[in-house]
Amino acid sequence: MPEIRNMTLNFGPQHPAAHGVLRLVLEMDGEVIERADPHIGLLHRGTEKLAESKPYNQSIGYMDRLDYVSMMCNEHAYVLAIERLLGVEPPLRAQYIRVLFDEITRILNHLMWLGAHGLDIGAMTIFLYCFREREDLMDCYEAVSGTRMHATYYRPGGVYRDLPERMPRYEASKWRSREDVERLNEARRGSLLDFIDDFAARFPACVDEYETLLTDNRIWKQRTVGIAVVSPERALALGFTGPMLRGSGVEWDLRKKQPYAVYERVDFDIPVGVNGDCYDRYLVRVEEMRQSAGIIKQCVAWLRKNPGPVTIEDYKLVSPRREDMKGDMESLIHHFKLFTEGYCVPEGEIYAAVEHPKGEFGIYLISDGANKPYRVKVRASGFAHLAGMDELVKGHMLADVVTTIGTLDIVFGEVDR
Amino acid sequence: MLEVAAVEVTGGAGSVPWIIVKIVAIILPLLLGVAYLTFAERKIIGYIQVRIGPNRVGPRGWLQPIADVVKLMLKEVIIPTGADRFLFLAAPILALAPALAAWAVVPFAAETVLADINAGLLYILALSSMGVYGIIIAGWASNSKYAFLGAMRSAAQMVSYEIAMGFALVGVLIAAGSLNLGDIVRAQDGGILTWFWLPLLPLFVIYFISGVAETNRAPFDIAEGESEIVAGFHVEYAGMSFALFFLAEYTNMILISVLAAIMFLGGWLSPFQGFPLLEGLFAWVPGMAWLLAKTSIFLFLFLWFRATFPRYRYDQIMRLGWKVFIPITIAWLVVAAVLVMLAVPPWFD
Repeated sequence: MPEIRNMTLNFGPQHPAAHGVLRLVLEMDGEVIERADPHIGLLHRGTEKLAESKPYNQSIGYMDRLDYVSMMCNEHAYVLAIERLLGVEPPLRAQYIRVLFDEITRILNHLMWLGAHGLDIGAMTIFLYCFREREDLMDCYEAVSGTRMHATYYRPGGVYRDLPERMPRYEASKWRSREDVERLNEARRGSLLDFIDDFAARFPACVDEYETLLTDNRIWKQRTVGIAVVSPERALALGFTGPMLRGSGVEWDLRKKQPYAVYERVDFDIPVGVNGDCYDRYLVRVEEMRQSAGIIKQCVAWLRKNPGPVTIEDYKLVSPRREDMKGDMESLIHHFKLFTEGYCVPEGEIYAAVEHPKGEFGIYLISDGANKPYRVKVRASGFAHLAGMDELVKGHMLADVVTTIGTLDIVFGEVDR
Repeated sequence: MLEVAAVEVTGGAGSVPWIIVKIVAIILPLLLGVAYLTFAERKIIGYIQVRIGPNRVGPRGWLQPIADVVKLMLKEVIIPTGADRFLFLAAPILALAPALAAWAVVPFAAETVLADINAGLLYILALSSMGVYGIIIAGWASNSKYAFLGAMRSAAQMVSYEIAMGFALVGVLIAAGSLNLGDIVRAQDGGILTWFWLPLLPLFVIYFISGVAETNRAPFDIAEGESEIVAGFHVEYAGMSFALFFLAEYTNMILISVLAAIMFLGGWLSPFQGFPLLEGLFAWVPGMAWLLAKTSIFLFLFLWFRATFPRYRYDQIMRLGWKVFIPITIAWLVVAAVLVMLAVPPWFD
């Protein structure tokens, strides 16, 4: 008698729904998944080891590249860890700017997630709608840091520079007529804050648009309701954080539970799900986008009223002003020392975590008193989520694997590091 | 077909070369139509998705489909080592041939039809069922797991929806009292309200949805399932062999749309029939133009669906087909039969 074996399917690493380089070995009985075995490490770049051989400041850029769709939130955790070891507190304005950009980043991440998740389930239009709004937020990144993605904007002791007074504008060209440019520049006539304020005002209507396409769509509900259900107990046991945990009904958000920066001073709600399935996690993330837009508005209002320094005055930690360097010997020395040797961080160890769009993102830092960290350990939320993959998809069909990968909101930059 | 051809050969006007000319006169515009349907698809979905779509090749992108064809023709046809060579190459032909052959009985206008046979509807049903062989064989011959899964899915899907579709066609047969497509159109004569879409509304909707499923288009595109099984049954195909599958899919889309127009929207009949002033005003429009316009409506729906809906899951498609569509069609068949028995005006008097 011939032996009957299950079919093994190698899902990825080259697969349109693998979200980068996930390799999933699926053991299938027909279309039903018996076992899912995620293989990781294809995007390993040795970030943690690299950080050990560089002055503290020079690793901020690596943090951007961990979870490359929520860049500034990664920076925030790293910078927070250094600041806590050093015992410095950035000025209030810098903290407000950080919260502002953390929330912009949260929207950036969730838009990317929503677009990709929709595309995985076959709704292709939502992807382009999301990217339309994402583009504006990328412009905010560019306005403050000069780059659209890998910003390196947060520095120990504050942020790199104050928000610009003038939002960059489009210019007419061979491909873009004067009228088009007029229309595109409408929100860009004032400062960056005006632009962000305008965005926060119109963004809820955009979210309504996404919801019209998906929330009550029968097919969308059939594809997400009851798929990859996690009970609150299992979610905690598996180490889930962020929307993966809140979707199961556990009210846990570091912004409320262990407030950092100025999250105590802003008013917002934590959405939680009930059933812990893909649909609830979808609703949680969509509501988080609305809440983020609210936080952004509050930050903009505060920042408008309270001008001031955005970095501490300690030039051992923060670069001196460029103008001072031209005439002042001491400033020049500070600049030279900071960018070559860096600064020494007192001996000790610290764990600093932030509520990253995907969950808890933490940096565990050990310093031996040198100008480089002795050890940096990154706690990536996606790693724990991916580890739950087998439990989530068991008994579901092949199409649900794709839905599950989408709902995990996996980015391999942070999983593989 | 043979019998028809024999009749045509002996008939005065229909010698063999003349038939070949007619076939070419149908196939060439059809293939051109397919090419520009892909262009229309990219443009329409582009505008739905707030982008522009192809606009670089030729004026406003009008030469894009030509460039695509040239690209596909110049590409190498790769045959995987583990594939069954003969079946692998036969599959795309098996998919395309029935899609083209079905056009033989389509009446483009009152007297414009290649083969005016009385079993037209049956012939169409038979040929559209043939298309599934191309897909199954492609999936099997590729010797790839993704292709295999795609073929399994599409076989199950096409067979299930064939039934719902067949019942919808039976409804048309009852209403028209003929299997001849020309007679079906003539039975709808009288104006927009006497077309069959009104008395057979549920069958009309189900026929079109089944048609979308039959052609493996979104939201029923599980056989391709871009994000699940990569490209499904044609994952291993490249160049011209891939292009043939592509042609078959789009030819089938146009066929389904034309048939929907013929069976439910009065084919070549003018929609202004019966309106005193408008009828005269539009009398100069040839019947073929009306058929084309009605077909375009359905083709647009195909594209609109694709841009709007998420994809169904395999088992959900089956449930929809067996538990929703088939019962509804059967129930409406009874209703249609009663309507015909009672000779309800204005359709069946």
